[in-house]
Amino acid sequence: MPPDLLLAAIRLEHVLVLGALLFSIGILIALSKRNAVGVLMGVELMLNAVNVTLIAFARFVVSPRPLDGQVFAIFVITVAAAEAAVALALAVAVYRHRETVNIDEIDLLRW
Amino acid sequence: MLASLDRFGPELAVMVTAGLVLLADLVTPRRYRLWLAALALAGLAAGAAWLGVLVLRGREAPFFNDSMSLDNFSIFFMFLFLAVSGAVIVASLDYAPRFGSHQGEFLALLLLATSGMMLLAGARDLVAIFVALELTSVSQFILAGLLRDDKGSEAALKYLLLGAVASAVILYGMAFLFGLAGTTRLVSSDGAPSIASTIAAGDAGMRSALIFSMVFLAAGFGFKMSVVPFQMWTPDVYEGAPTPVAAFLSVGSKAAAFAVVLRIFYEGFGPRTFVGNDWKELFAVLAAITMSAGNVMALRQTNIRRMLGYSSIAQAGNFLVGLAAISAFSGGRVSLGASGVVFFLATYAFTNLGAFIAVLAISNRTGSDEIKDYAGMGRRAPVPAAVLLFCLLSLTGLPPTAGFIAKVYIFNAAVQAHLVWLVIVAVLNTAVSAFYYLGVARQMYLGTADGEPLLRRAPLATEGLLVIAAAGVLAFGIYPMPLIEAAQRAVNAFG
Repeated sequence: MPPDLLLAAIRLEHVLVLGALLFSIGILIALSKRNAVGVLMGVELMLNAVNVTLIAFARFVVSPRPLDGQVFAIFVITVAAAEAAVALALAVAVYRHRETVNIDEIDLLRW
Repeated sequence: MLASLDRFGPELAVMVTAGLVLLADLVTPRRYRLWLAALALAGLAAGAAWLGVLVLRGREAPFFNDSMSLDNFSIFFMFLFLAVSGAVIVASLDYAPRFGSHQGEFLALLLLATSGMMLLAGARDLVAIFVALELTSVSQFILAGLLRDDKGSEAALKYLLLGAVASAVILYGMAFLFGLAGTTRLVSSDGAPSIASTIAAGDAGMRSALIFSMVFLAAGFGFKMSVVPFQMWTPDVYEGAPTPVAAFLSVGSKAAAFAVVLRIFYEGFGPRTFVGNDWKELFAVLAAITMSAGNVMALRQTNIRRMLGYSSIAQAGNFLVGLAAISAFSGGRVSLGASGVVFFLATYAFTNLGAFIAVLAISNRTGSDEIKDYAGMGRRAPVPAAVLLFCLLSLTGLPPTAGFIAKVYIFNAAVQAHLVWLVIVAVLNTAVSAFYYLGVARQMYLGTADGEPLLRRAPLATEGLLVIAAAGVLAFGIYPMPLIEAAQRAVNAFG
């Protein structure tokens, strides 16, 4: 298929549904994983769902400032990397004390 | 761009100082560590002075191509954050031995979090709001786990994982706002399309998408404001984090979250638009749930920092009453609900900082945060106990404290907005909260401890802070007009 035909076949709704599916899968992983690193992977999926949604809007919505969405996505990617670095450092700090990063075993503080 | 760089000065001064503190930390010998705190305080003072000069010269205007704004609202909050940060640094001197070699990092991260909050108060572009929010949050995640002890690391990890989910939820809401408006500008000053203008000109066809985005934003920011059911992290972090950090989070982080929520919902979505009633109802329901759950959970706490954690959840419910009552206008101009939130946040800053610093002064010497160990504290540590008592009275909302005026102001706004049911819930909750607040007071003044050994006095700086906090709580309880007028000017920036 030539590229413009492909573009005509993919509409905004398709990409938004993809984004929504990714976001739902991400939040399910984040809420159900026992391992802290697993939760983090769920969060990354959620952030990428946001990026897909932003890019889709930037591509399909007629607007005076279409680049805003793509710029936003780049900021999301950058900040997510910073957050992941801190998260892994904290996971290591917890592991030094408990020798586990399973959230249901990290239960010193409750109620 | 360069012509408006001076408007960015206050934030820049704080950020540069954070870098300087980190550098100075490398070359400062251990016994001169206290000078780092002086450097950090000097940076905050420079930021405040710069802000003062901007105000005197009337430089209030949007800048950086409309993505930031220097207006009465951001100025009010920037002064508040600078003051809170300064107070926390002074109070942390008493705690410094426990930071050990991490004092430089503590100060630098505290300054970075402060600059993030200042950016948050002025940001009016979704990208800027997101970056400022993450600058604040990531600094706070590290601060919570700074001691790397068992409880602190656990609290920090929980805080970060839940915080990251909340950020992703906020972003998803923002993505849909961008999709609707085609721009990330919340408001524009030159008539260009913005989110606010899109919503103001919008029709019913947009409503479901807007409510979708609104729910995601409220859920994500609800985490930052510690609103039920997104409050799980609050008591854990308040108990596990170092006490100065907990004090900073309970006041600064909460005020910043409410500032940005006011910015997005009041300035962006608007109280009089076709979705105005939708978000007011959303916040009214959240307010009722939050204050009830927070107060009931606080009743059964035995650890005072944990109790203050649940108390801060309950107080978040009180702030939300102001958001729900945003359409009560006095004289058709000033939103009583919005100015009530701003005024309440300022008095709460005095009150909760006073309470946390008193707890720091007492617990640092007894080595225990358990409420039962506060028995007889009224005689064993007269100054911190008296200030703690006073702040607890203000948190309960009893006269003649600032907390009383703030509650009356915000409940009055709710009555004028026809939210009588919410006021009834809130007053009942105030009665419930008296049990646990006054329970601590009873323990301190009527309880007895073995032998009642006098506690070592806190440093002069800490006692000075305690007296200032108590004086502020009393002064604004008796003569609140200057602060109320400042709060009303602040929300009038939204026109």
